[in-house]
Amino acid sequence: MNRRTLLKGSAAALAAVGLARPALAQEPLKIGFIYVGPIGDLGWSFQHDQGRLAVEEEFGDRVETVYLESVPEGADAERAMTQMALQGCKLIFATSFGYMDPVINVAAKFPDVMFEHATGYKRADNVATYDARFYEGRAVMGTIAGRMTKSNKIGYIGSFPIPEVIQGINSTFIHARKVNPEVEISVVWAYTWFDPAKEADAAKALIEQGVDVILAHTDSTAPLAEAAKTEGVIGFGQASDMLDFAPSPRVSAIVDNWAPYYIDRVQKMLDGAWTSTATWGGIGEGEVQIGEITSAVPEEVKAEALALADAIAKKEYHPFTGPLNKQDGSAWLAEGETADDATLAGMNFFVEGISGDIPS
Amino acid sequence: MIGSIDPILLIASLMVASTPILLAALGELVVEKAGVLNLGVEGMMITGAIAGFIAAVETGSPFAGFVAAAAAGAALSLIFALLTQFLLSNQVATGLALTLFGIGFSALIGQGYTGIRPPATPRLDLGPLSDLPVIGPILFRHDPMVYVSLALVVAVGLFLRRSRAGLILRAVGESHDAAHALGYKVVRIRILAILFGGACAGLGGAYLSLVRVPQWTEGMTAGAGWIALAIVVFASWRPGRVLAGAYLFGGVTVLQLNLQAAGVAIPVQYLSMAPYLITILVLVVISADRSRAALNAPAALGKSFHASS
Repeated sequence: MNRRTLLKGSAAALAAVGLARPALAQEPLKIGFIYVGPIGDLGWSFQHDQGRLAVEEEFGDRVETVYLESVPEGADAERAMTQMALQGCKLIFATSFGYMDPVINVAAKFPDVMFEHATGYKRADNVATYDARFYEGRAVMGTIAGRMTKSNKIGYIGSFPIPEVIQGINSTFIHARKVNPEVEISVVWAYTWFDPAKEADAAKALIEQGVDVILAHTDSTAPLAEAAKTEGVIGFGQASDMLDFAPSPRVSAIVDNWAPYYIDRVQKMLDGAWTSTATWGGIGEGEVQIGEITSAVPEEVKAEALALADAIAKKEYHPFTGPLNKQDGSAWLAEGETADDATLAGMNFFVEGISGDIPS
Repeated sequence: MIGSIDPILLIASLMVASTPILLAALGELVVEKAGVLNLGVEGMMITGAIAGFIAAVETGSPFAGFVAAAAAGAALSLIFALLTQFLLSNQVATGLALTLFGIGFSALIGQGYTGIRPPATPRLDLGPLSDLPVIGPILFRHDPMVYVSLALVVAVGLFLRRSRAGLILRAVGESHDAAHALGYKVVRIRILAILFGGACAGLGGAYLSLVRVPQWTEGMTAGAGWIALAIVVFASWRPGRVLAGAYLFGGVTVLQLNLQAAGVAIPVQYLSMAPYLITILVLVVISADRSRAALNAPAALGKSFHASS
C-alpha cells in the first residue's frame, strides 16, 4: 500500500465514521474500574476484572470500560477517580474497602456520575455499595480446616482488622470448632492487601508455629506457594480459584463472582433505573462460589462441606447462629438466634475461643 | 509465649527474608560510591524477578534463572547509564522513570507466567556442617544465593577499601573533575558501576520470585527496591553496615510476624511499624555526628559529568 491509497483509505474510514455517527442512538456508556492490586494477582483484583470483561461481553458496543490497577487506597484513589469522572465515565466501580472515603469525596463533586463501592458501608445518592457474604464461604472452609488439621492449629493471615475480615475469621473458627473441639486459630495481621513476600513470610511464621492449615484474606497466591514448601500443610484459594496449586496445598477455594452484579448494575444504568442500593449476596445468590474440593480431602469431609454450603445457599442455615458468645465471654447470640446484617457489617469482636486481640 | 518462637528458625528465616534487599542495596552502594544516584532499583529488581523466573521455568535450572536475572537487571540499568552518562539526563527523574518502566515491562512479559511453580532452588549440601547443633540450621542449611550475597558483602568491602580499582571508583564518586584530570575514564567507570548495580538488583528480584515466595506475581517486589535505597543511606555507604541494615530490617519484619503467630500480646500496630521505626532511630543515631556522616557520602552523588565542563 503506498501512501496515497493509505490516505484515501483513512479518508474513507473517517467519512464512514462521520456518516455512522448520527445513526448511533447514543454514545456508549463509559464505565471505570479501579483495582487495589494488579489484575495479575490471580486473586481479588483478577476476579473484579473478570466481572468487567463479563460486562464487555454482555453489552458489546453499548459500553466502553476503562480500568486502573494497583491504585493505592487513600488520596491517590481520589485522584484516580476524579480523572475517570473527567474522562467521561458515568459509572465507576471502586473495588476495595479503603476507597470508601475517597469515593464519598469524589461522588460529592460529580453528582452526575454514579459510584459503586465494594465492601464499604458509606452511601450517598450517587454511591451504592455492594459486598459478598464471604463468611458463608469461610464457614465451608472452616469445616474442611477443622476436619483436616492434624496439629489442631489453623492459621489465618488477615489483611486489615476491618469487619469483612473479622467476619471471615469468626466464621472459620466457629465452624472449625464445631467439627473439631480441639482446634485453635492463630491470626497474623499483614497490614497489606498485596505484598507477596510479606504474605509468604506470614505463612512461614504460622507454619513454624505448628499450623498445618493456612487461610488467607490477602490478595495473592503467595501463602499457597509457601504452604507448598512444607509437606502436609494445606490452604485455600482466596477470592479466585487458584487451581494452579490444586490438588494440594490448595484443597478448595472461595471464589468471588462479581459478573452477575456488574451486569445487573450496568443494565440499570442503561435503562436509567440506577439507584443507590446496598447489595450483599452470598452463596445462594451466586456471588460467593465454593471452588472444587480436591482429592486431598476425604469423601465424607467433602460431602459434609458441600452439605453445609447447600444449607447456607438455601438459607436454611446461617453461619452465625447462636448460642455464641463474644471473646470476653459475654453473650452475643442466644440459642437459635442469628446475627443481623447491621451487626455483621460492623463486626469488631472475636467470638469466644479465639485468643489474641483485634488491633484497633 | 515468646518461648514458643524457635530462635534458630527465626534467624534462618531472617536471612532468607533479608537477602533480596541486601543484594539490591549492595549494588546500589557501589553505584552511589561512583557518584551516581539510580532510583530505578525497584524497576530493575522486578525485571530481574520476571526474567529470572522465565529463564528458570524454561530451562528448569534456577542457576540459569539467576544468571538471566543479573543480565536483565544490568540490561535495564544500561538504559539508565546511556541516558544519564551520555545524554546527561537528570538522574533522579531517569531513575524514577526506570522504576515505572520496569514495573510495567515486567507485567507485560510476565503475562503467561502467573500461577506457575518455578524449579526449586536446592539447598547447598555442606555435609557435616549442616548437622552442627544451633549453628548448622542457622548458617549451613541455606540455598547458595544466601552465601553469594554474604560473599558479595565481603568482596565489595575489600574492593572499595583495599583495591586500586575501588580507590579509583571512589575518587570518581568524590570528584569526577579531579578524577578526569588525572586521566580516569569517568563515564566508563560509572557505567560499569551502574551495570553492577543493575545486576545485583536483578539477582535480588530473582531471589524473591525463585526462592522467597516462589512464584511470579505482578508488582511482587512491593517496595523492596525503595527499602534497599534507604538502607544504603542508613548504612552510610559502608558494605558491613548494609548487611547489618538489611538483616535488621528483614529481621524485624519476620520477628513481628512470628510474634503475632505465637500470639504475643503486643499491639500489632507497633510491631508493623517497628521496622520503619528502627530504621529512623538508627538514622538519627548515625547522623548525630554530622561531620562523620557527611564524610562518607560521595561528594559528587547525583551530579552529571561531561568532559567539557
